[in-house]
Amino acid sequence: MTLLELDRVAAHYGPVQALREVSLTVSEGEIVAVLGANGAGKTTTLRAISGTVSRSGTIELDGKPLRGGPEAAARAGIAHVPEGRGTFVDLTVTENLKLGAYTRRDREVKRDLERIASYFPWMAERGGQRAGTLSGGEQQMLALGRALMSRPRLLLLDEPSLGLAPMVVREFFRTVRELNEKEGLTVLVVEQDARIALSVSSRAYVLEVGRVALSGPSSELRANEAVRRSYLGY
Amino acid sequence: MLGAFDTAYFAQQVVSGLASGGVYALLALALVIIHRSTGVINFAQGEMATFSAYICWALVTSHGWSYWPALVATLVLSFVGGVGIHRVVIRPVERGSVLRIVIVTIGLLIAINGFIIWQWSGEPQQLQSPFGTDIVTIGDVAVSEHDIGTIAVALGIVVLLWLFFQFTKVGLALRATAVNPEEARLVGVRVTWMLALGWGLAATLGAVAGVLTAPIVGLDPNMMVAVLIYAFAAAVLGGIDSPAGAVVGGLLLGLMLNMLTFFSQYRAFDWFSEELRLPIALLIILVVLLVRPSGLFGHAHVKRV
Repeated sequence: MTLLELDRVAAHYGPVQALREVSLTVSEGEIVAVLGANGAGKTTTLRAISGTVSRSGTIELDGKPLRGGPEAAARAGIAHVPEGRGTFVDLTVTENLKLGAYTRRDREVKRDLERIASYFPWMAERGGQRAGTLSGGEQQMLALGRALMSRPRLLLLDEPSLGLAPMVVREFFRTVRELNEKEGLTVLVVEQDARIALSVSSRAYVLEVGRVALSGPSSELRANEAVRRSYLGY
Repeated sequence: MLGAFDTAYFAQQVVSGLASGGVYALLALALVIIHRSTGVINFAQGEMATFSAYICWALVTSHGWSYWPALVATLVLSFVGGVGIHRVVIRPVERGSVLRIVIVTIGLLIAINGFIIWQWSGEPQQLQSPFGTDIVTIGDVAVSEHDIGTIAVALGIVVLLWLFFQFTKVGLALRATAVNPEEARLVGVRVTWMLALGWGLAATLGAVAGVLTAPIVGLDPNMMVAVLIYAFAAAVLGGIDSPAGAVVGGLLLGLMLNMLTFFSQYRAFDWFSEELRLPIALLIILVVLLVRPSGLFGHAHVKRV
């Protein structure tokens, strides 16, 4: 079932057109990757979905059009982990997690804190530590944990590998995959590191100057050497 | 040469120093709350407090209210007024340069001051103290009820605010907004309302400072000018982004100035007279900004990239 659908979405920062025409879909329970060079519009695609950039075209979640800013997107069930460790550095680990559940009104937040702790035991042990004192990898994990606290319909990950050691990156994606398999978490991930993104995703889109240049199952894109050379750079 | 150490006089100076320090702390907290959320020093903070004190006075004097209901109404109106100021005056310029917002707060200062004089004239008025101004003696220490009450109120408010920021969802959202508004929006916090709430809180804190100051110095359109300078000094001393720092800075400043008064009976400090209180506060601002800009409690922000 289609969860997210972008139909001819364009976006701009002031006079600079960052997205020209992007159409893509994400089905429930899928991990979809968005790849491409710097400036291709990967980050802007995510920002258009979460409403942090002015956009045109239609974006539908569950068949309902998404309108308004990021507050509205968060309430609709979109958790956006922005580039560069989206944590509140002056707040503690536990406070960061609790903020993830900000839009929720149910009484199961506490249980979800325990659920997160089962994936990341250190977050419970070091709950009182300021997020700014964590390592880069830990902050990225915390941003993921915080996103999960909102019980998202759709998780948006922006360049999670940025500035992290390869081992930490693999650990991060292993966790994302586990969440996808165990809990049916739907993920749209933007990545510079095409190799790892194609290994965890089932489908991928390749952007080029604000348009979808190419799309298909990740395994096919990975197998096609011409595609790899000209678009993915490995 | 040295007289006997006058313990009773010393204790009196401590109490009255903590009382004025408590007022500085409240106004400094208001400055810190706004600085953390909107990123500017609200130069109108003192005038807003004066205006609140006038409302309380007008309700009692012209509308025949008794004091306590008038005080509660004043606090509520101040909160609403603070939210309103943010929505109407600050929000339109919020995305501009800091200088624009600063100029708007200076404009607000002048506008409120002018409005007070236009509405109630510049004549000094008398606003009663919520606690009375009788002197009570504890042992051989004579202190005023107003000072004791002021200290209690200041401490009580600090504790309440701390509980609010630390243990409520809205308090957490306010702190998140102060740390990183972009991120806060992504988790669903309605940031513009959080900023407005911050202004409302600051206006209410100012109102408390105003109704506690008026009984001492007389209700007057310029009564908070000096107090605002002390509050600046307190906030800078404690760290302009640290609520705890504002409180400690305020109490420390009040205490320190009164200690100067006390020790001016001795030769080493006989140069001190009351006229030097404000210049010393300004000197503190200058020295802290030069030597330790983050203040006692502020921390330099380290950003990982």
